Amino acid sequence: MIEVKHISKSFGEQKVLEDISATFEAGHTNLVIGRSGSGKTVFIKCMVGLLEADQGEILYDGRDFIKMQRDEKKEIRKEFGMLFQGNALFDSLTVEENVRFPLDMFSTINSKEKKKRVDEVLHQVNLEGAHIKYPAEISGGMKKRVGIARAIVLGPKYLFCDEPNSGLDPKTAIIIDDLIRQLTVDLNITTIVNTHDMNSVMGIGDKVIFLHQGRKHWQGSSKEILHTDNEELNNFIFASKFLKELKKGALG
Amino acid sequence: MLFFYHFGRYLMLLKRCFVRPEKYAMYSKELFRQMTQIGVGSLGIISVMSLFIGGVTAVQFTYQLQDSLVPMWWIGYIVRDSMILELAPTFSSLLLAGKVGSNISSELGSMRISEQIDALEIMGISTPGYLVGPKVLASMIVFPMLIIFAVFFGIYGGYMAGISIQAVSSEEYIRGLQDNLAPFNVRIMFLKSVTFAFIISSISCYQGYFVSGGALDIGKASTRAVVFSSIVVIISNFIIAALLL
Repeated sequence: MIEVKHISKSFGEQKVLEDISATFEAGHTNLVIGRSGSGKTVFIKCMVGLLEADQGEILYDGRDFIKMQRDEKKEIRKEFGMLFQGNALFDSLTVEENVRFPLDMFSTINSKEKKKRVDEVLHQVNLEGAHIKYPAEISGGMKKRVGIARAIVLGPKYLFCDEPNSGLDPKTAIIIDDLIRQLTVDLNITTIVNTHDMNSVMGIGDKVIFLHQGRKHWQGSSKEILHTDNEELNNFIFASKFLKELKKGALG
Repeated sequence: MLFFYHFGRYLMLLKRCFVRPEKYAMYSKELFRQMTQIGVGSLGIISVMSLFIGGVTAVQFTYQLQDSLVPMWWIGYIVRDSMILELAPTFSSLLLAGKVGSNISSELGSMRISEQIDALEIMGISTPGYLVGPKVLASMIVFPMLIIFAVFFGIYGGYMAGISIQAVSSEEYIRGLQDNLAPFNVRIMFLKSVTFAFIISSISCYQGYFVSGGALDIGKASTRAVVFSSIVVIISNFIIAALLL
């Protein structure tokens, strides 16, 4: 479980996050949604320590991340897995080497066991047969899967996904969403997904937090989101003409 | 003030390079990869450059010694000492600042922009230690080797040029090479090559590691890496010469 208490972050005079508190349960997919520039990425970067929050607490199963020393942070990060918006795969390594990298760096198991573990996670993300390909040789959806495989290969307790569907066609996006959902439940990990994709919200949003102008404006489940009277959230969800018409039809 | 900000951040980055590796095997693998990339990748251009610099040195001294009482076998001696003391370490380092420096800077810059450095940080890896440390160390190991090659190729270039313009015979040139070799000069050459290697690699790593923005900024960082490291190499070349010669 991750608890975030009163997190704030500014860049100079500009306040990007203001007093955000939330609780993210294990075994659930927790979605952070909001418009571009609402502070979603800064929020997730503060949570993993790529940016330092100005104030507040981030508790990983009770352990205060912000108060930790550099070495302690390094240790707890071994429990993190992260899928980046641009995948952040290592260009000079093959798919297999990318996935094996965390094992090579931190694991003490022998190479036969490493190979077995890499095969296992590549099977979990439906990516058998791509071992020797380089990131430049595979599609966007496959890159996302390699990113997920690398994020889960060490068996993380916390999984962070920054815009996992960006640049993907709707069908592939659903496959990636389902994969994230399935891994969250199967491995009982705490997953936080940054997104502005409404398909993801409706498909896998066990808990949804809506950020607007750096503040938490709403929180609830994907079922509750359709019936909310929060004006900003409604403007965000029903921004497209198609969804507006659909809502009108449903209400009519 | 901006200078002190960058200098302070540069020192902080260097301090973070020398940490205990998460796994020695991975760090040494990265070190050997960098040594191969820097060393083998630069051997061709260093050989060609040194061959011609040695040749030009021989031709120019032949021209200057033509009507003097200085014996022509001195050409071998002059080419050798010029290559050891100045031409091989300084010219090679300036060339390597362009080739290796821009390569290091753009590699790290691309990794920063594409979030690969963030990905390593999230895994709990010390990125200065894993990415910067091996590059600096590899340069400090490989540069002296490249400069030894440069000296040999330069001397050979001088020999070829001296013979081809009939300024000196083979025996005379070799006699000049064997005359009065000062080991101190060789020590200066090694000192220069290690110092310049550290300057070029660390400045280039600094420029690449802290890139922010996009592709254009990677290009700007590469240019800064080459310009700044070349300037610092030239200044430190003077300081070493002034203090030790």
